[in-house]
Amino acid sequence: MSLSGLRVAVIVFPGSNCDRDMMVAIEQLAGRRPSLVWHKETTLDPVDLAIIPGGFSYGDYLRCGALAARAPIMESVLDHAARGGAVMGICNGFQILLETGLLPGVLVENAGLKYVCRNTSVEVVEGTASPFTEGLSPGQRMIIPVAHNEGNYFASDDDLQRLEDNGQVAFRYTESDIIGPANPNGAARNIAGILSANGRVLGMMPHPERAMSPALGSVDGATMLNATLQALAA
Amino acid sequence: MQIIVNISLKHGVLDPQGRAIGRSLTDLGFDEVSDVRVGKRILLEIDESDEARARQRVARMCETLLANTVIEDYEIEITEGESE
Repeated sequence: MSLSGLRVAVIVFPGSNCDRDMMVAIEQLAGRRPSLVWHKETTLDPVDLAIIPGGFSYGDYLRCGALAARAPIMESVLDHAARGGAVMGICNGFQILLETGLLPGVLVENAGLKYVCRNTSVEVVEGTASPFTEGLSPGQRMIIPVAHNEGNYFASDDDLQRLEDNGQVAFRYTESDIIGPANPNGAARNIAGILSANGRVLGMMPHPERAMSPALGSVDGATMLNATLQALAA
Repeated sequence: MQIIVNISLKHGVLDPQGRAIGRSLTDLGFDEVSDVRVGKRILLEIDESDEARARQRVARMCETLLANTVIEDYEIEITEGESE
């Protein structure tokens, strides 16, 4: 399949604010505009990739992602995932995926108690098997920005060990000469992104859609998204 | 019937907000404070007269939405509709 044959949907909640950036990023790479799907929809047309974008869905009320995870559209997203469909959640999208239980653990307030908005150096972890990582090299470092107040990944020791043992840790924050200290938020084991057990669901805090052009300081987000699209089209 | 749900972080889960408040209290001279944990309190008004049934429904609400049981515990308190 060519990239323009890929069907991608971006789910939009009240308070999503990276939905259009993601739409533009995918269109730039695939040559076809993803559909934007409103949270009140109850059906999701067949897609190759469902993306849950960043933002402040439902104003972060109760807990980040808690209300969005129970929105009408999510049942269809969960069905899509249950059929082995690919799902990618970025930032608030990651928080939402954790609240649905598709991914284990939770994102709590940053250890420094401050909203963090800066570039991070993210390393591709060895030993994963997923469409999101198969086109990237283990150990490859990407500069991708984060922007969040609750990005501090937390899970029980058992869950963390299981993630490590099953190759479900996709990305880790790393030290970098350019970026400085590795971990922006206190996340357990420097975790920046994790996969479901079958590798078809990815949640990550860094925003690849914000690293799409030299003018934005990095094109590594384009590299990452392009690798994902190529893998899904293969 | 009025019901109060108290949601607190599980033991062992880091509470950065609680820690910051604790530091401020110490700075203000309240040296006796050794730990601070911040929780949430949700007041529910529900149409139900049977206490056991109400408790069961609210527990379902907590498990489904109100609490994230990965990091939070909840307690259900029935106040019989009295104003506090």
